[in-house]
Amino acid sequence: MLAEALFFSAVLFVIGVVGVLIRRNAIIVFMCVELMLNAVNLTFIAFAQRYGGRMTGQVFVFFVMTVAAAEAAVGLAIIIALFRHRHTVNLQNINVLKG
Amino acid sequence: MLPLLQEAAAAAHAAGPHPLAGSAAELLWLVPLLPLLGFVINGLLSVAAAFHRGPRDPSAAHVNGHGDKAAVAHAHDADHEAGHDEEPHAVHPHRFAGITSFVGPAVLIAAFIVSATIFIAMLGVGEMHQPFIQRYFSWIPVGDLQIDAAFQLDQLSMMMTLVVTGVGALIHLFSVGYMRKDPGYPRYFAYLNLFVFFMLLLVLGANYPLLFVGWEGVGLCSYLLIGFWFSDKANADAGKKAFIVNRIGDFGFLIAIFMMFANFGAVDFAGVREAAASIPMGGVVVTGICLFLFLGCVGKSAQIPLYVWLPDAMAGPTPVSALIHAATMVTAGVYLVARSSMLFSLAPVAQIVVVMIGAVTAVFAATIGLKQWDIKKVLAYSTVSQLGYMFIGVGSGAYVAGLFHLVTHAFFKALLFLGSGSVIYAMHEAYHHTHSHDDAQDMRNMGGLRPYMRRTFWLMWIATLAIAGIPFFSGFFSKDEILGAVYERAQGSTIAHASLFGISGASWLYVAWLLGLAAAFMTAIYMTRMMIYTFHGPNRTGEKERQHLREAPWIMTGPLVVLGVLSAFGGWLNIPEFAEFLGPVGNLDHWLEPVVGQATAMVTAGGAHLAPTIEYELVGVAVGLALVGMVLAWAVLKPKALVPKREAPQEEGIQRVLLDKYYVDEIYDQTIVQPVVSVSRGLLWRGIDVGLIDGLGVNGSAYLAKFVGFIGSQVQSGKLGTYAWILTIGVLAVLSAFSLR
Repeated sequence: MLAEALFFSAVLFVIGVVGVLIRRNAIIVFMCVELMLNAVNLTFIAFAQRYGGRMTGQVFVFFVMTVAAAEAAVGLAIIIALFRHRHTVNLQNINVLKG
Repeated sequence: MLPLLQEAAAAAHAAGPHPLAGSAAELLWLVPLLPLLGFVINGLLSVAAAFHRGPRDPSAAHVNGHGDKAAVAHAHDADHEAGHDEEPHAVHPHRFAGITSFVGPAVLIAAFIVSATIFIAMLGVGEMHQPFIQRYFSWIPVGDLQIDAAFQLDQLSMMMTLVVTGVGALIHLFSVGYMRKDPGYPRYFAYLNLFVFFMLLLVLGANYPLLFVGWEGVGLCSYLLIGFWFSDKANADAGKKAFIVNRIGDFGFLIAIFMMFANFGAVDFAGVREAAASIPMGGVVVTGICLFLFLGCVGKSAQIPLYVWLPDAMAGPTPVSALIHAATMVTAGVYLVARSSMLFSLAPVAQIVVVMIGAVTAVFAATIGLKQWDIKKVLAYSTVSQLGYMFIGVGSGAYVAGLFHLVTHAFFKALLFLGSGSVIYAMHEAYHHTHSHDDAQDMRNMGGLRPYMRRTFWLMWIATLAIAGIPFFSGFFSKDEILGAVYERAQGSTIAHASLFGISGASWLYVAWLLGLAAAFMTAIYMTRMMIYTFHGPNRTGEKERQHLREAPWIMTGPLVVLGVLSAFGGWLNIPEFAEFLGPVGNLDHWLEPVVGQATAMVTAGGAHLAPTIEYELVGVAVGLALVGMVLAWAVLKPKALVPKREAPQEEGIQRVLLDKYYVDEIYDQTIVQPVVSVSRGLLWRGIDVGLIDGLGVNGSAYLAKFVGFIGSQVQSGKLGTYAWILTIGVLAVLSAFSLR
């Protein structure tokens, strides 16, 4: 049971990583980040169930979901601000992080 | 403040207080301090004047008053160019000249009075076998090495102190007349006083490092005074040459001090003397120490191969030549050998080297002296030659004879130099009045000065007879004592039994004796030649100039008279046995016995004393040669036929070689100076300094940092995708590093 869950979460995580690395649309990159977070959540759940009797894993998932919700709000706000400023969400055209 | 610590060292050696404790010898610290005080006062006067209006120091008035003269000088024979601008010629004396005229000589006279008082106290004590040591403070305490700032008063340092302060005081007085019109007058006396301070430090210091401080100090003052008229480049160059050549010798001296510490664990005279008692005769270490010490002497006392600086040192004012480059500083090497007599007596091979270098130098310099035209150059080569004599003496273990010659030479050579100064002064005054640009130091331009300057004439003849070794002038006694000692030691002594390069010491000593005789012969010739050219024959200065020739003032000729008396009767200091009808025999022998007696006895152990008949023969040969030399010079030169410089024919053949000093300067220039300069310029400067250090080191590291920074800055593209890739790769790298471990 654990092995399947870990395998699945690894696949999810890699999909998220690849999405972050190769997609250019900021929103899709953002969603891929969410995918990675959820892959981690799945791992937590799986371990928590395997080494049952402790609540730590489950509690952490709630923390992650809370943070992810807040992050989604802030992140989408940034993307909207970016779009208003630049009229694009294509990351290749955005390099304002250069010092 | 100073004499607080003094009793400790003296009491450490002898049980009970030293016989000199509480006597006038307690004033020993005052002797060097007085000239130092003079240096401070004159130095301040010199500096203070710079803030006032009036003739400024660095020979400014000299150049202004004679701007045309410097230009003419360059057209002259290069040989004489250095000396041409010799004379001080400011129209206005320095504003503080009055104070300096008093302070400069007064401190020296006071120092002489103090040392004479100490001398009388020493005479009152009688036999004194331990030196009187005054400790002031611990100077260099490092682990086992304890070096004190301490003065050592014994018979040898007393003798040197009397010579330095006595002859020094006379030369200071002479300088008042000679330099008074110079714009740098207080600076001159500041340097001169500082020189005497360092010279006293040299002779009074109780250990080798303190002696070395004095040794370097006199070198510094010598440099400053040779280049006293530094606005003329030739003078400044002569100063630099003296300084650099002396560094070579000082290097040897330092090595010797290091070796003493490494092998004896002591660098003070008493400690080294103690250590020397337990080392075997002819050891490698002691021979090495002596040879390195002698390298120092070769530099300071102008022996082959480092003599080349002394003739150039004549660029300085003439009283400087008398004090530093004839009477005191250049004899420091002789003093050093005598001071280290216990070491030298243990190293016969080193002694052979000292004797031979001295003998070869004596002859070599004398031959050059035969054909010089500049009156001071003749005396300079004569000094080199006489220093060689002193080294024959101290090198052959006849320490007293060498020191005796040091003293008499200080008298007659100071007299000769000051006399030449008096002549140059008169010549320059005459040329000055008529605005002539002839060379005031070239003897061909002099001639027949006798009626114009009678005092100088007679006094210089006394000195000439003394240096030529005519009985019973001072030089006769000291020179014959040296020659006799060499001959005696060749017949039986530790040196005669040693060998160098497979040749026995006895043969070396006989050769040295012959060379000494040859040098004595040539000394008589070149000194007579100098006197003939200067004072005899027709006057060659020119019609107008003749009107202005007159004797120097008494402030200059007064010291000459005193030196004349000393040159004539200085030999009475140490009358040899064969001349006992003159008075008490061997005063100096007895006086110096506690210092060098033991070392002398070590050398002569097993040798027989010369029979009186042989001694008479030796003296007869030497005196005969001197007389023949003088007569020969007179016969060859024919005073009546001499002509001024501009009519004189060019020298040919061997005369040309002698005039050009065997081209030694040129050879040194080609073989040493030029290679060093080109290596310094090509390799050290352009290659290592500019290329390696500046290029690769300083700028190279800067370029490297800049390059690395440029590479790093390219990473910061601002593109999120790139950052993400880098992040991912980094994470993977870290993870794989962990999992591979």
